[in-house]
Formats: sequence, C-alpha cells, structure tokens
Amino acid sequence: MATLNSIKNMYGICSHAIRQTTGLRAAKLIQQRAFRVNGALRQQPFDSSEEKPQFPGASAEFIDHLEFIQPNVISGIPVYRVMDRAGKIINPSEDPQLSKEQVLNFYQKMTLLNTMDRILYESQRQGRISFYMTNYGEEGTHIGSAAALDPRDLVFGQYREAGVLMYRGFPLDLFMAQCYANVDDLGKGRQMPVHYGSKDLNFVTISSPLATQIPQAAGAAYAAKRENTNRAVICYFGEGAASEGDAHAGFNFSATLECPLIFFCRNNGYAISTPTNEQYRGDGIAARGPGYGMMSIRVDGNDVFAVYNATKEARRRAVAENQPFLIEAMTYRIGHHSTSDDSSAYRSVDEVNYWDKQDHPISRLRHYMTARSWWSEEDERSWRKQSRKMVMEAFEKAEKRHKPHPDLMFSDVYEEMTPNLVKQKEAMWRHVQQYKEHYPLDAYAK
Amino acid sequence: MRLNPLTPPTVSTNYSPFRVKRDAVIIIFFLFSPLTTAMAAAARFLLRGAVSKASIANVNVGAQSSFGITLLRLSPNCSSKTKTQRRNAAHFTYHPDPVPTEYGPTTKMNLFQSVTSALDNTLASDPTAVIFGEDVAFGGVFRCTVGLRDKYGKDRVFNTPLCEQGIVGFGIGAAVAGATAIAEIQFADYIYPAFDQIVNEAAKYRYRSGNLFDCGNLTIRAPWGCVGHGSLYHSQSPEAFFAHCPGIKVVIPRGPVQCKGLLLSCIADQNPCIFFEPKILYRAAVEQVPTEAYTIPLSQAEVIQEGSDVTLVAWGTQIHVLREVANMAQEKLGVSCELIDLQTILPWDTETVCKSVAKTGRLLISHEAPITGGFAAEISSTVQEQCFLNLEAPIARVCGYDTPFPHIFEPFYIPDKWKCFDAIKKLISY
Repeated sequence: MATLNSIKNMYGICSHAIRQTTGLRAAKLIQQRAFRVNGALRQQPFDSSEEKPQFPGASAEFIDHLEFIQPNVISGIPVYRVMDRAGKIINPSEDPQLSKEQVLNFYQKMTLLNTMDRILYESQRQGRISFYMTNYGEEGTHIGSAAALDPRDLVFGQYREAGVLMYRGFPLDLFMAQCYANVDDLGKGRQMPVHYGSKDLNFVTISSPLATQIPQAAGAAYAAKRENTNRAVICYFGEGAASEGDAHAGFNFSATLECPLIFFCRNNGYAISTPTNEQYRGDGIAARGPGYGMMSIRVDGNDVFAVYNATKEARRRAVAENQPFLIEAMTYRIGHHSTSDDSSAYRSVDEVNYWDKQDHPISRLRHYMTARSWWSEEDERSWRKQSRKMVMEAFEKAEKRHKPHPDLMFSDVYEEMTPNLVKQKEAMWRHVQQYKEHYPLDAYAK
Repeated sequence: MRLNPLTPPTVSTNYSPFRVKRDAVIIIFFLFSPLTTAMAAAARFLLRGAVSKASIANVNVGAQSSFGITLLRLSPNCSSKTKTQRRNAAHFTYHPDPVPTEYGPTTKMNLFQSVTSALDNTLASDPTAVIFGEDVAFGGVFRCTVGLRDKYGKDRVFNTPLCEQGIVGFGIGAAVAGATAIAEIQFADYIYPAFDQIVNEAAKYRYRSGNLFDCGNLTIRAPWGCVGHGSLYHSQSPEAFFAHCPGIKVVIPRGPVQCKGLLLSCIADQNPCIFFEPKILYRAAVEQVPTEAYTIPLSQAEVIQEGSDVTLVAWGTQIHVLREVANMAQEKLGVSCELIDLQTILPWDTETVCKSVAKTGRLLISHEAPITGGFAAEISSTVQEQCFLNLEAPIARVCGYDTPFPHIFEPFYIPDKWKCFDAIKKLISY
C-alpha cells in the first residue's frame, strides 16, 4: 500500500503501469487513481463494495430500468435577448446601459459595414473585384461581440466577421486593398477578397478551409493561458462549419486542456444552400457544448446588447476560470452566401424580406436610439451620406493602385528564400522578359 | 484498430505457476514492441513452458484465454523450437556515427533517448515550449518523453484527446500565439487526419497572411518506417505526401547524433517542420551523443562516405542498409560508392546530390515507401534534368512495391541489401 500512496504524487503516470509493477491480485482491489475535476486534483478510492459506478470513464448513479435519453429539439436551449424586435428593453436589469457614444459607435460601425458591403458587392458585379461576401443581417453578432472583448484578445474568424475587424479600427483603405489585392494589401495580394488579417488588431488572417481555425484557437488560448497576461481568444464559425471534424476537435481540446476561449457560432440558418435541418438534427450548436463539458448559451444574434452581454460575461469567466464558453448567436443570413451564389434558387424572397424588414440588428438598435432621442432622421440622412462618401473615396483610391510586385509570389513560403525558389523566380522573370507582351506587367508595381 | 503497446492482457488464473515469469516477460516486451509482437512472444513463452513441464493435459488445448490468445495444439513428441517461427533478424546492421567532438561532452544514448535529450534541452532553455500528443505525459509509447512532465510540469508536457487533426490544429494555434509547440503524432501512419491542417494551414500560414502571422514555432514529430512486424499501419514512410507541400520542412535522421541535432534545428527553425523518427532505430541505434544542445543544419545532405563509381542516396534506416551495400559493392565488385544521407526531404539539397552524380555518373536512390510517386522519383527527375550528360546508366530506384505495407511478407517487401546490391550490379554493367 505504501507504493500505492506514492502514486498520489505522480500525476499523469499511467495507472496500468502502476498496477503492473505492484503485481496482480485477485478479489477486492483498492487502488488509488488521480483525476482532475475543474482544476482540482482529487483522489477517489475505488471501493467495489459501494453501490455506485466505479468506472473511470463516467461517474453517475446506477439506473435499473431501460430508458433512452430523448434529445430535446422542440423546446431546446432558450434564446437570450435584451431587446424585443422593436428595440425595446424587456428586462431593464439586463440593459448594459452603455453610453450614448458607445451605442452611436455600435450603430455607425454596423451601418458603415453595411454600406461597404453594398458597394463592394456591386463592384464585383461590375467586374472590378473578383469575389465578395456580404455580412447582411449579421452585423449585430460582429459589433456586439467585438465590443465586449479586450483589443489584445486574439480573434480567429471564418469569413463573415468583417464587422469585428471594422469595430477594432481596420481602415476602409485596407479592406479595399485586400479586396482589390493591390500594393497596400497587408496580405501582399495572395488571397481572394474578404480574407482579411491584421496583426496590429489581433485578427488572424482568414483562410478558406472551414473550421480549421477552431482547434487553432484552442492552441492559441492555451498559449495565452501560459503567458498569464489575461488574454482571451475568440473563435467565430458558422453552424455549417460546426459539422466539421475540426470543430469537434477544437471543442474537446479546449475543454480538456482548460483554455480561456470563447467559441462564437453564428447560426444564420444556411450553409450556402443547406438549411439547418440538413446540417444537424440536434438542438443546434449550443446543445453540443454540455457534451464537451463546456459552458454554453444561445443568444439572439440580432440583438446587439444580448450579444454584448453574453460575450462580456463569457470573456470574463473564460479568463478567470480557464475554461471555454460556447455562444450560439441565432441570426439570419440576409444576403447570398457570396457573389458566386444566387439564394433565390433555394429560399423564398418572402423569407428574406421578413428578416430584412422585421428583425434586423441595425433597425432594432436604431429604435433603441431613437426612443432615447439619441438619433434623429437628420442624423440618419447625414450619416448615410457621410459613410457612403467615405466608402466611395476608399474604393476609388484602391482601384487606382497598382498590384503588388510579382517577386512577392515567391517570398514568405518559408521565412527565408530557399535556393530552389530563387532559381524559380529567376526562371519566371527570364520567361516573362522574353514573352512580356503576354503578361499584364503594367498593372503591377515595378 | 489502434494497438496500444503498453496495455498488457491479463490472463485467467489457469496458468498461475508461470504467471510471475510471464508477467516479467510481458513487461519487457511491451515496453518496446507493439501488442502483436508481445502477444506472439508471450504465446511462445507459454508454449515452451507448457511443453517443458510436460503438462499439456493442464493446457486447454485450443481454448481461448480471456484475451483471445489461442494456444496451438501440440503433440508431446515435438519440440516447440522447430514449430514456432523465429522472428526475422533486422534487415540492417546499425553503423554508429563517430563520436562528435565539437559539441561538448557526450553520453551513450539510443535514438529515443536522443529525442528526450533534445526535448529536455528545449524545455530548459525556452519557457514557452510545450510538448503534447497522445500518451506523452507518462513518457510516450516509445519512451521519448520519459521524465519530462515531472521535470517541467503538467502544463508543459501533457496528453491531448485522441485526435490528430486536433493535435496539429492546436499546435498551429499555439505556435501562432508565440509558443514553441512540439506535437507528437503517435505513428506517422496516423498523420493523415491532420493532413488538412498541415497542408492547408501550417504550410500556408505565413504566405497567405503576407507574413503577418506564421506558425514557424511548430514542430511535429512522428515515429516512421518499417519495424519488422508493423504491417500496414505501423510501418509507413509518408514523406512523399508532404514533399509536395511548399511551406513545410520534412526531416529524417539516421541515428541519435543526427536525430538530436536535426530535431533541435527543426524546433529552432522558423518554419513548421515534420520530423520523422525511424522507430526501428529507437533502441537499436546507440551512439555517443552530446548532452548539450547543438544543431545540425537543415537542407544540407551529408556525404557519409566518398566514392567514385556510384552515388547512393537514402535517408533514415535505409542509410544503414546502403552502408552495408557499399561495403559489399567494394568487396565483391570492386565498386567505390559515394553514400549520401539526404536528411532533409523538403527543401532538399539538390546541389550535393547533383555534384556527386556529376562525378560518378551513376545514381541509386532507395526508400521503403512505395516506388510510384515516392521521393526517389523527385530526386531522379531533378538529377536527370541537371546531370543528363553525366549519366552512364539510368537512375535506379530500389523501393517498396506499390502495395500497402504487408505484415508477413515484410522480408520480401523491403528494399533490402540484396536488392540494392543487385541494382548496383546492373548500374555498373549497363
């Protein structure tokens, strides 16, 4: 037994090995094992004389009749909201009571995003940029969550979170530069439009494969935890991406490794053309959280205050308690999936109009502001004009800029230029010099 | 089905006279070999014991123990030694490197100990370094991380859930956030769920972000290559899949001294690296290895032996096969071979190989991985482009067949010294 007592001090050593070295015994075995419960290390003596399950895999009670657990999808996890659809506060104690400046900032950021979306969507239609994705209807999820974070918190996104970057102060020039892939693009022209990134604003560059960011966010949060600087990580993804294996991996890792991480799922009803009833059969994404041992909540994503409150509290606790939080923000994708999509092929115009007219994050916030006389018709008119002017100016400027130098095709593959790539670059230029009339060199920086 | 080599079966009390001895044998075998080997060894031991005690009547002939070890029916007259199969001896003889003198004091280490030493040096000098993967906490299924958790803490050496895409994804994220992330994949055969994270994410992180973000602090380690009985899923050499992926580095050592130096280079390198460790060498390869940290440069092939008639190129375990082949060629054919250890598969040192072939005019490349699309094809293609007029004979590739890695047919499958020797004969007489 003395050897078994010493096991108390040896974490992480396989209990199989311990049993092996102390020899096998028949009949009643009392063994020590260590396991973690919410950060505390506990010893639980196995005692098979007790009428309680002793399995290492799960602790619960015994049950003597056969009963399947019925998944609850009819009345599942409720949707937390602060404002009704008309922008009226329902429970005054939930009003975050943000200042007029803060609320106006929310509104202006949401509408600026909306204006930029309209202009860039049009520019793709006119052949000026190759591709675009709008954020219509989901502005509340971006602004509400971004406002609740610390600027140092690392953001991993999917592709429909431009409002988060906008809230943090990413300038219109740089949004445009990335979409136009011009010399000012921080990404050096290497990716399709809307694949934004900013090191200064702690927004990790977007990549096209879905859900890959989810386990990465768990790793980043773990590193942040070890740094001990009270930094959180937030990871955005859609309800479609949540079906990927990487999502399961990310949820499980963040819970078992105790990471200060907020998972923010934008459940907007569609993954391109696939509606939610073809994406999952359970009670959405929030119901999966408890399966991983994760704190979970479902919120009205079109209620910017509900999103704000939930994210703020989740962030506070994630950092304080080193555990992940799952927020499922219910919303609706008003726009098409992208410029390559025409959603009238799979949903009715009436459905889209309902969300556009009756339950929109921007109008709900405007009702809240007008009810307090913080925003008038005149303010609205002049802001619309001003924001459109800002976007158009950035847009016209971006269009005129050159594309990046073609040498940038070969750099950053590795930290250093490899001999192989130097040779390939030289070969490319030799070829282009000889056949220069077939290559659009004029559009590119010299 | 994944075999956990460290969970021994417990057998019913029928065999109690032999239990203590058998337990000891099982412990020793299980520490070093996968379950199939140990079960076969345990069965053999039981058989010998059973026959020698002439107590066949006590043995439940043909019956199965609780873990399904089926004993063979034996007549009392036959000896167990002729009936039981001997496992084949290794297909190579390990040739240790000379003792390095330029890196400080050395101590005797085998390959897994040289890995532990490299990881120990890293955890000591880099407070952000973390090691994670399946079963690394107790020391790892190949003992590469023994003692590290106790020494450096459970927040730095920890188990992850059983999910390779999660392990690599998590590692990428940790590296992006600034930590030195060292991920272990339990066998290279299981790296494929992480293929998307490696190819689409890790390899492209720096490029696609315009150098705003990178995961250069990520190193992925995995046991690699044939081991005598590993079969389809414990023997693979997947380097060719990753050689096709710009943005990562792929490195394979031939022994403990190279292993520690190359692993430390991978960890220090600011690009995501995959480090394959030849598992058959974990115990078999023993050298004097420097105890302090040192690095061996990446993307530099090493000419291990100079020669004038044939260039031999390989990496990992196969280097030791070719060393023997070079000796055989010298003794039996009077052929002088130049042996090159590629070490880094991606980006590979074309200059050293081409320079050698320009001198010798003949090239043989050998690897265990299947021949079609294997990395020898890339080397062959580049060398014929650059050294076409120097070549005296077609480039020879001695590789595995285009089949999955078989179990019982391994002796026929692997590119052994006789196949390589024969290829040299053909090269010389072309």
